[in-house]
Amino acid sequence: MTNPILELRNIRASYGSIEVLHGVNLSIGRGEVVALLGPNGAGKSTMIKVVSGLLRPTSGQLIVGGRDVTGAAANALARAGLCTIPEGRGIFPNLTVRENLLMATYSGHKLSDIEERTYARFPRLSERRTQLAGTMSGGEQQMLSLARALATNPVILLLDELSMGLAPLIVAELYQQVAAIAAEGVSVLVVEQFARTVLGVADQAVLLAHGKVQVSGKASDIGEDVLAGAYLGS
Amino acid sequence: MQELLTFTIIGLSTGAIYAVVASGLVVTYTTSGIFNLAHGATGMLAAFTYWQLRFDWNLPAPVALFITLFILCPLFGILTERFVMRGLQGTSEVVKLSVTVALFAFMIGIANWIWPSDSSREAFLKFYEGNKVSIFGINISWHKLITFGCAILVAIVLRLLLFRTRMGVAMRAVVDDRALTELNGGRPDRVAMFAWSLSAMLAGLAGILLAGEQQLNIEPLVLLVINAYAAAIIGRLKNLPMTFAGAAVLGLLDAYYLQFSDKSWFPQSVMGFGISGMRASIPTIVLFIALLARPQSRLRAGVVRIREQNKVPAWSTSVLGAVSLITIVVAISGMLTRSNTLLLLNGFTFAIVALSLVPLTGYAGQMSLAPLTFAGLGAIAMSKLPGDGNLLTLIAVVVIVALIGALVALPAIRLSGIYLALSTAAFAVLVTKLVFNQKQTFMSGNIAVPVLDIPFVEINSPRGRLILASVAFSLLGLGVVAIRRSRLGRRLIALKDSPVAAATLGMSLTRTKLAAFSISAGIAACAGALAGDKVSPQQYDFTQSLPVVLLAVVGGVGTVGGALFGGLMLGGNSVLATVVPTLKNVTKILPGTIGVTLGRNPTGAASQIADSFRSLANRWNLLAFAAAGGIVIWVLDAQYVISHWAFFIGGVFWILAVTPNLVGIMQTTTTRRMIASIYLGIGLVVAISVDWDNAVDSTGKRLIALILLIALFGVGAQRVTENAPRIHRSSPDVIGLTTDFTDEELDHAERELGVVL
Repeated sequence: MTNPILELRNIRASYGSIEVLHGVNLSIGRGEVVALLGPNGAGKSTMIKVVSGLLRPTSGQLIVGGRDVTGAAANALARAGLCTIPEGRGIFPNLTVRENLLMATYSGHKLSDIEERTYARFPRLSERRTQLAGTMSGGEQQMLSLARALATNPVILLLDELSMGLAPLIVAELYQQVAAIAAEGVSVLVVEQFARTVLGVADQAVLLAHGKVQVSGKASDIGEDVLAGAYLGS
Repeated sequence: MQELLTFTIIGLSTGAIYAVVASGLVVTYTTSGIFNLAHGATGMLAAFTYWQLRFDWNLPAPVALFITLFILCPLFGILTERFVMRGLQGTSEVVKLSVTVALFAFMIGIANWIWPSDSSREAFLKFYEGNKVSIFGINISWHKLITFGCAILVAIVLRLLLFRTRMGVAMRAVVDDRALTELNGGRPDRVAMFAWSLSAMLAGLAGILLAGEQQLNIEPLVLLVINAYAAAIIGRLKNLPMTFAGAAVLGLLDAYYLQFSDKSWFPQSVMGFGISGMRASIPTIVLFIALLARPQSRLRAGVVRIREQNKVPAWSTSVLGAVSLITIVVAISGMLTRSNTLLLLNGFTFAIVALSLVPLTGYAGQMSLAPLTFAGLGAIAMSKLPGDGNLLTLIAVVVIVALIGALVALPAIRLSGIYLALSTAAFAVLVTKLVFNQKQTFMSGNIAVPVLDIPFVEINSPRGRLILASVAFSLLGLGVVAIRRSRLGRRLIALKDSPVAAATLGMSLTRTKLAAFSISAGIAACAGALAGDKVSPQQYDFTQSLPVVLLAVVGGVGTVGGALFGGLMLGGNSVLATVVPTLKNVTKILPGTIGVTLGRNPTGAASQIADSFRSLANRWNLLAFAAAGGIVIWVLDAQYVISHWAFFIGGVFWILAVTPNLVGIMQTTTTRRMIASIYLGIGLVVAISVDWDNAVDSTGKRLIALILLIALFGVGAQRVTENAPRIHRSSPDVIGLTTDFTDEELDHAERELGVVL
């Protein structure tokens, strides 16, 4: 933890005049997998928006790789190696699978490389390369969105609610891929409402509630009682 | 046979131009969701620019073409995107469309200004004028060949661009998910700029090709290009091959009609109605059919967060407003000259037409581009029906036009958003072209609408008609308020906010839409029926409807006050042009200029002013201060310290510039409070100390000075206070949960949550 790759210092963020994050601190070391947990409305997705650059914080600092990037545009951060898979399905439904992968070339990788790596990992996508992405099953769509993270070698990966609307079996499969990505040395911040699915993969866990970090520590130290307390508000 | 072939070629070449225009339209619509009504005007402007370079300044054609198409058009596209369209994200369809209407008006204003239509100019020649080739014995000009070539080239280039390049794929990706495009590393703003540049280039190319065939005139160029909308709709605004096919069909229909209408067997009239306007209506008819053939627009689930929101009008303020409006009009109408009375009357007529949009567009969120058409129908009905203008006739007129409104809406009702707006536009064009120019309606171009005959009151002067118009507006306005506060009003709002939710609650969307349309048509009919003077069909032309719609949206189409504001602004614009001839050109672009700023303030001007006043309502000290200031200015006038004009200008400045700023001033830091106060102080001193009666020689200039004063000092002071660093407030959903709350915070939270008005 001497040299964090991603650091949030006292971040406040709001929608209009309604503040959602009230001073959040967080730091992720190189190659670390951090799980961001919390009940509905805790501010998890807002935090992902701030880190990815989609939402400008009202105060505080966002530091990536030792550089202050507060207020940088999301597309600039993305080209610099920050890969975000947003909530829902991180794909373009009206583009074909191949065109979706073409969009990933903004990261600086060649389309042929991206295609090769994607199809090697997910052979099913290879069969569907000319199909509109929106017509695939939910699991296949989520594979496609993960493919961007797999094929472009990001420095940091942000995952927002990967499990949303998917069968548990597929979720488990996807998290295996996340573990594989992390094994390559990518730092991962993963948001999950269902804590148990993610704690097996994560090194660290941060519990967010009411826009503030309530608990943070080793993933293995976060027990059921802590989670229950935070989720049920006792 | 030979003849048929010739006309086929002519038709296809017209179709080729339509195809180029329509593809530009599709490019911006698919990438930004904005249907650019100003697309044709862009082509018009490009054609004029090319003419200027090529035929006035005698540059060689390739140079002139390069400068126009590859430098100026892209630049224009970039500027449009950056300064106009970018602000429109998250606004409703109505606002988006209005902004393009504004752009349309703005460009026509610019073209009229730079290239006045009365000046004679060099001819706009075709490419390689006079050169022809003969194929199978048919002569085809090189210009037509070039036109074909351009259309084919555009088709190929667009296809490759959209499907083979990353820029093209990104253009489609932005439509799917803008945020995700950014997360991929794409730059949506750049993509949009590229799309708008490309679209401007296509419009420019088509404009130049068309001007070669049709000569250089503003109106025909703009309207002919509008015909291409039908082609774009046939392609469902996204399918390029279908768009090209549609364009070809349109071009062919036009050419064949031209060919056959010359024949002796071709009828000159159908059932006694002349069909001279038929040719010009073909694209509109095709547009109408294409719209009706569209599948029913699907209801989208999910919450649509729209930036513009209006509060429910209270009875007390509405009645107060109506009474004071009539009082003010009665008071000032005695002081106005005859011509000023007529202009103000005109403003009120527009205000009533704008009011007709409040229930339809403001409440129900349905866009209509045909309000003046219904006013025109109202005028015709009033003059044709027996009764010579008594109240019963008026009621009959309203009922008839309301029924026509419902009848028109019936087929169009399955459409929504842009398609609905276009179908009303098609209706307006058809009525203009086929009904208003019949001898049965507007006989010799003018008809006399009888003055309303009210018992015990004789209305025979312009002043009387002005007072009648203000009373009519007030009563109709109260009626609209009553609708808003009723069950129907809530249904209209529900229709706008979430058709899905409304439908799942068991509300009939069709009936609600029909009600909205017929109420709107009825109100608009009043504006025509109360004209009380000679009217001409030009007054109710489709192109005249656009500024009304625009200014209603600018004023704030969600409120009655906004309609009044918009209508008077439109009327006032012509006042400005008559009293200050030097500003005549500025007034041409004024509505457009105001309109393009809509992106910043989608609820319109009236609601913004009303908001500032509302924030005063529960602060008695400030309210007392505001009232005291007004009394002081009035006393100064009564004691002959200042002149009437100084009283008027000072008073309006106090009401519109100082009062709305009071709350802002009280809430900010001491230094900013000082600066803003000094700012307003200077403005006020100028307003009441200048010798307006002698130093400034016309009413118009005084009014302009007043507007400038308000803009400079009022808006200036607002800027000073509003940019102040906000004092940190907790979010309403944590107050009381994790922190204690103060009274002010509770106030704020209630306002944020919309609990208090």
